Amino acid sequence: MSNNPILITGGRLIDPAQKLDKKMDLLLKDGHVFWLGEEGKAPSLPEAPTILTARGKVVCPGFIDLHCHLREPGFEEKETIATGTRAGARGGFTTLCCMPNTNPPLDSRAVVDYVIQKARSEGVIRVLPIGCISQGRRGEGLAEMGELAEAGVVGYSDDGAPVSNARLMRHALEYSRGWKLPVISHCEEISLTEGGQMNEGAVATRLGLKGMPAEAEECMAARDIALARLTGGRLHLAHISSAGSVELVRRAKEKGISVTAEVTPHHLTLTEEKVMGYDTNAKVNPPLRTRTDIAALLQGLREGVIDAIATDHAPHAAVDKMCEFGLAAFGISGLETALGSLMTLVNQGELELGLVIARLTSGPAGVLGGIPMKSGLGTLKVGSPADVTIFDPKGEWLVSEASLISKGKNTPLLGTKLKGKVIATIFGGRVVYKEGAP
Amino acid sequence: MRPMVQREGAPPLSETIPEISTSVWKHNHILDLDDFTREEIELIFVITDGMKEILSREIKRAPTLRGKTVVTIFFEPSTRTRASFELAARALTADVLNITASTSSIVKGESLLDTLRTIQALGADVLVMRHSQSGAPYLAARQVNMSVVNAGDGAHAHPSQALLDMYTMRSRLGHLEGRKVVIIGDILHSRVARSNIWGLSTMGAEVVVCGPPTLLPLYMNEDRAGGQLPRVTVESNADKAVEGADVVMALRLQLERQEKGLLPAVREYVRYYQITQERLARAKPGALVMHPGPVNEGIEVSPEVSHGANSVIEEQVTNGVAVRMALLYLLAGGKKH
Repeated sequence: MSNNPILITGGRLIDPAQKLDKKMDLLLKDGHVFWLGEEGKAPSLPEAPTILTARGKVVCPGFIDLHCHLREPGFEEKETIATGTRAGARGGFTTLCCMPNTNPPLDSRAVVDYVIQKARSEGVIRVLPIGCISQGRRGEGLAEMGELAEAGVVGYSDDGAPVSNARLMRHALEYSRGWKLPVISHCEEISLTEGGQMNEGAVATRLGLKGMPAEAEECMAARDIALARLTGGRLHLAHISSAGSVELVRRAKEKGISVTAEVTPHHLTLTEEKVMGYDTNAKVNPPLRTRTDIAALLQGLREGVIDAIATDHAPHAAVDKMCEFGLAAFGISGLETALGSLMTLVNQGELELGLVIARLTSGPAGVLGGIPMKSGLGTLKVGSPADVTIFDPKGEWLVSEASLISKGKNTPLLGTKLKGKVIATIFGGRVVYKEGAP
Repeated sequence: MRPMVQREGAPPLSETIPEISTSVWKHNHILDLDDFTREEIELIFVITDGMKEILSREIKRAPTLRGKTVVTIFFEPSTRTRASFELAARALTADVLNITASTSSIVKGESLLDTLRTIQALGADVLVMRHSQSGAPYLAARQVNMSVVNAGDGAHAHPSQALLDMYTMRSRLGHLEGRKVVIIGDILHSRVARSNIWGLSTMGAEVVVCGPPTLLPLYMNEDRAGGQLPRVTVESNADKAVEGADVVMALRLQLERQEKGLLPAVREYVRYYQITQERLARAKPGALVMHPGPVNEGIEVSPEVSHGANSVIEEQVTNGVAVRMALLYLLAGGKKH
């Protein structure tokens, strides 16, 4: 990279991978972290660096999202790689793992190549595709996992749909071992969720909407953990949402089973009551659950039972949501509201700031393992990629349709004020988002 | 399509019920009974009394809603509810337009909104809407500038039915406070049950819901209701449930429930949940037997009970027109519009 060096000065530098949380300066050069150290002590360079003042701000590794939907190819009316990566940069993310439920799905080398190519030419941050588990996401035969790995996928998932056939899941966990990539499970026993619209419970009963019980997630989580134990495969549970799932992962980890898990900001902050009034923007799968579930998810994060926070950014066009609740699409647009939502939990004293950053950086890097981990994603160690997020933990902003860069305006937070605002995002030593910049 | 011109001699409503103040009325829409106060429901009853008087006249018509347009749109089949709203609107001299939307036209996208905006552009004042999707009338109320009356949405609510049920109970029993009302049947999928639970609880009645355990929601019991629903007693044994009841209300059983595996057999439902003479004998003497219709003959209620002395099933239908007149009057007849 031939960019000018960047010196970020005066900020509070938090890098959980190095157990750092103090006032430090950071010097980026040639696309990598060149130096970090005491304020004002940066080595001088032949070319003067661009200086970014970060007083009162937090400086941390760029966030890694293990789970988002960029919708391209096939659903460009909902999002594109161009808009999705810009929304990600605005949210402080420098790496997005995109889910393969596109059209065509990412079940072949050609489609993975297409996404990687598009991301290079039109994206502004790193896109790491996730390949399908099964051909066409049909849950019948395995996708060509080896060739997908060669093409550059960082994991496998049929996300949006579960792998209902236990034998196929077993084979996926076995076969993927050869490439040391995680199999990411969307846990949902569909015979229990068919026709479901929201969490099964008192609110669904009141609203006359068919519920999706937490048990539908938990029974498949239990099945997949058992299969991970059997096969020794790498299992990652996507978007766990219930207290029961947290307990299953906790016990599995205690037994040394190779399982990791993620949780979304919306499952950490919102309950089923958001659906009252039939707000289709609160319709999401897995559904928003209860306060009890939130408490367990937070505890799971604190203990390290849950490794990562992932957005499950699921943008939709207005027409997909402006309709009867039962006909509306599932999903919340989440890349841009993630940090603000999580800062609410920090401000309430539920989570430490350092922990939140860990679960957005070193946590997801650890889940990915392999090349992303070795290449230094999720940390600001010298030599790591110069992926940096600078945010104002006190900066307030109003979530509105106009305020979102993503094509997906579908968030139940519309009209809500969030505290926690990204000031600048640097990817590979280049500023890709700056607050207020056109 | 236009109703007959108002005839000489039929006094306006104000002459019939001159001293009623509608100041307690707070609603622009009737979507659910969960936000109705006792005073509002009492007001509906009192106005319904006046409407019944109008309906007893030789010329069953008052000019109250003259120049107003009521549109009914039903995305689900209905005979009595639709006819009842239409008669109610005509009796108040409103223009009535009935739109039938086939269920197959409910497709994803903005189609419902397009339809609603078209109706609005035609100049409707009140929209009476039935839809198979819970919450669809809320979308209507948010997006268009008309008063919306929910004539049944999915498994959610059917407020005018509950009001006519309660009105019928009140006219037979005098008051609802402390009365024991048992609702038997497919509570899980019933909008009639949900609206009655809200209304009856607000009016101080004791509600018992009863049905096969697979058709009883797990979340109506106080311990799992989380304050989302009024306090009701959940009982799967029909003999116990009807003990000492003032009212026994049977719900229509959708026969496809058996296909979905929720019931082993209709035969078994009849055996354990049909309202028979023997079961009814456990209720209070003279207990009312109700059914929102249409009745599956010989399934929910035995024929002798259905046509027997305790049955007020036909009276429910008759009262339905007067109750709906009261609702249309309150929405479109006041000074607000």
